[in-house]
Amino acid sequence: MNRTLVAVVLAVLALVAPWFFYPVFLMKALCFALFACAFNLLLGYAGLMSFGHAMFFGMAAYFFGHMVKVWGWPIELGLVAAVLGAALLGLVTGALAIRRQGIYFAMITLAFAQMIYFLCVQMPFTGGEDGLQGIPRKPLFFGLIDTENDYVLYYVVLVIFLFGFGAIYRFIHSPFGQVLKAIRDNEQRAVSLGYEADRYKLLAFVLSAAVAGLAGATKAMVVHFATLTDVAASTSGEVVLMALIGGLGTITGPVVGGFVLVAMQDYLAFVGQLVLVIQGAIFVVIVLGARRGLVGEFSAWWKARRRPG
Amino acid sequence: MSGRVMAETLLKVDGLQAWYGESHILHGVGFEIGRGELVTLLGRNGAGKTTTLRSVMGIVERRTGSVKFAGRETIREPSNVIARQGIAYCPEERGIFSSLNVEENMLLPPQVKAGGMSLGEIYELFPNLKERRRSQGTKLSGGEQQMLAIGRILRTGATMLLLDEPTEGLAPVIVQRIGEVIRTLKSRGFTILLVEQNFRFAATVADRHYVMEDGRVVDTMAAADVQANVGKLQAYLGV
Amino acid sequence: MGSCNIFELSTQLLFSQLLLGLINGAFYAMLSLGLAVIFGMLNVINFTHGAQYMMGAFAAWLMLTELNIPFWGALILAPILVGLFGILIERLMLKRIYHLDHLYGFLLTFGLAQIIEGLFQWRWGSSGAPYQSPIAGGYNLGFMYLPAYRGFVVIAALVICLATWFAIERTRLGAYLRAATENPTLVRAFGINVPRLITLTYGLGVGLAALAGVLAAPIQQVSALMGTNLVLVVFAVVVIGGMGSIMGSIVTGFGLGLVEGFTKVCYPPGSNTVIFVVMALVLLVKPAGLFGQTK
Repeated sequence: MNRTLVAVVLAVLALVAPWFFYPVFLMKALCFALFACAFNLLLGYAGLMSFGHAMFFGMAAYFFGHMVKVWGWPIELGLVAAVLGAALLGLVTGALAIRRQGIYFAMITLAFAQMIYFLCVQMPFTGGEDGLQGIPRKPLFFGLIDTENDYVLYYVVLVIFLFGFGAIYRFIHSPFGQVLKAIRDNEQRAVSLGYEADRYKLLAFVLSAAVAGLAGATKAMVVHFATLTDVAASTSGEVVLMALIGGLGTITGPVVGGFVLVAMQDYLAFVGQLVLVIQGAIFVVIVLGARRGLVGEFSAWWKARRRPG
Repeated sequence: MSGRVMAETLLKVDGLQAWYGESHILHGVGFEIGRGELVTLLGRNGAGKTTTLRSVMGIVERRTGSVKFAGRETIREPSNVIARQGIAYCPEERGIFSSLNVEENMLLPPQVKAGGMSLGEIYELFPNLKERRRSQGTKLSGGEQQMLAIGRILRTGATMLLLDEPTEGLAPVIVQRIGEVIRTLKSRGFTILLVEQNFRFAATVADRHYVMEDGRVVDTMAAADVQANVGKLQAYLGV
Repeated sequence: MGSCNIFELSTQLLFSQLLLGLINGAFYAMLSLGLAVIFGMLNVINFTHGAQYMMGAFAAWLMLTELNIPFWGALILAPILVGLFGILIERLMLKRIYHLDHLYGFLLTFGLAQIIEGLFQWRWGSSGAPYQSPIAGGYNLGFMYLPAYRGFVVIAALVICLATWFAIERTRLGAYLRAATENPTLVRAFGINVPRLITLTYGLGVGLAALAGVLAAPIQQVSALMGTNLVLVVFAVVVIGGMGSIMGSIVTGFGLGLVEGFTKVCYPPGSNTVIFVVMALVLLVKPAGLFGQTK
């Protein structure tokens, strides 16, 4: 497929989308898509599956909300501070979690996220069960951009998404990214070549946490609130599901997965509790039969088509 | 032993091919073993000897051809079913379980047929194992572990033993002891398929030899002919 | 909170909290034991464990309310029923993914847990139902009051854990299990039907979780979410203990329960998170876990 053609088509779609879909839905989808991209960076390129990524997403949402609403900071500063906060949290938890691999790593991240959840329940600044409500949308760039307008905010969120996605893309294609891939494919070999595997993994972890934080803070801005759900295990599970639906280890997979999941949750809201059952069923079906996800399966199908019969 | 009539065939392998994943290891192996015989597979590293043993045992998933034990086709069967026909396996890496002590290791392989040796008889053959029977399996020396690996399959009632390089990495004194044990087992009626790189050791115990190269049987000779063909064997084995 | 000098604290408060901690520890031990046994044989972290624990409690409650089967009957029937369900899961689904990366097992069992809990939540809501304690009353021991059922639970849990330990470390079947955990290919080549052994192990681990659920029913409210909340803490227990030894899992489970109880006395707001803090410390000092072996 002609790469430039695809990029142009996507760009056009992105620009006109708010005239076909509700901007708030699109913005939510973009936030979760970015969240899924952050998760997938860690899994696809460092080979580490974090089951606690909600802690970065949710804590950044709380940080942002608190700074902007309670301390009255401007949006730009709030976003930066939230991202840094998430990165710092990533540094601390990552340094400990990296000491184990595979399944243990997943359990450790899950446990840390649960700890953060309990802390959030108790800490006054999160507003406990009620959450942090009424986070204001303030104008950006000294009042030039009116973020109260959903359509305007959509483009802002689109830019943020592209920035985050771009950061991941640059990282993957940088020398750091190459080393990370080498470590993922054959850690012993990479170590014998002199690379300190743990340092690279930690770097990926922190970057992943930061981008997840960016997604969380942006989400808080879009929907005006941050709640316990944002740091809950269910959200951690959802981001895994998004990456699974899209295709683990693909770059565009998480974006597709993010949109699919947010759309599904919106349109299936009427079934209430059963949404969880459906999500669980999708997990099971994908693991058993469609592990390459939507993007992965599509790629494989496309390649098979082009092969001479 | 020229002039000796070959006993009834216990194992007949024909056109055996085997793969590990994408690697095609065996390209059509064929040989026969008579009841009570001790036959060796000789060959250098990578010739396919261990893979042949593992294929007969049913451990290699992807295999085709024919492996008949006591007239019964086993090529499609899983290893636990094959074991229950009366074949026992002593792997190259010995496979002593670290989470079991010596006696538990000894008692682990279940009785698949009547007529196996009793625990007492096995301890007579390997008295030092009896002394160490409460020790953790992997705390034994290499030679003792090899004896344990052989000893534990003698209880099962299996009539055919597959031994993969039992003398590898062991001191000459232990190698001699193992040779004695193997000759004792042969005299008790066990049928033995032995894989060895050390053809001089093999010559002290075997009735016949097959030579393997690149996943095929390329030569065969009776024990009596080994002396005359040392040069040829050395060339095959790359020594 | 002032000083936490043991001698200054009210003994009633101290011992009653320690008892609660011991009870929590009993469940941590039983559940982490089940997880460890399943992980050893299947190399799968059974996220569904929490849901299966919940199913055990629900089975007991349903048996009582619908079929008039009392607690003691449920104690036997529920684990069997849920264990059979577990065997079904293993045969139909888990078997298909053993050849894959272990993370897929985690994902599959996570998805299953969501399905099960979602269904139970949809049918019976999230609020809990009470289950009457089968042993009423208690004993005044002077330094504390010991509710009879709670005492029974601690003893029952100890018996169950030690029986499991004995079965694995001292019996023939346990030897098969330990050997198959180490080298399943060779064990199969000796004639043992390893796939069946694996299925049985999963069924037993699940049954153990359900048994814990039945024991929990009179203490906790029986609710669809009772399992997940617990299993997330049990994961931390498992990381702390390291799944290397059966006895290690038992000791760690009970021990952490006590630590949690003690924290409740000295610093109540920390009791929710103390286990995770311990996990962080253990990771710093001995990443393989207290009783773990780095494979």
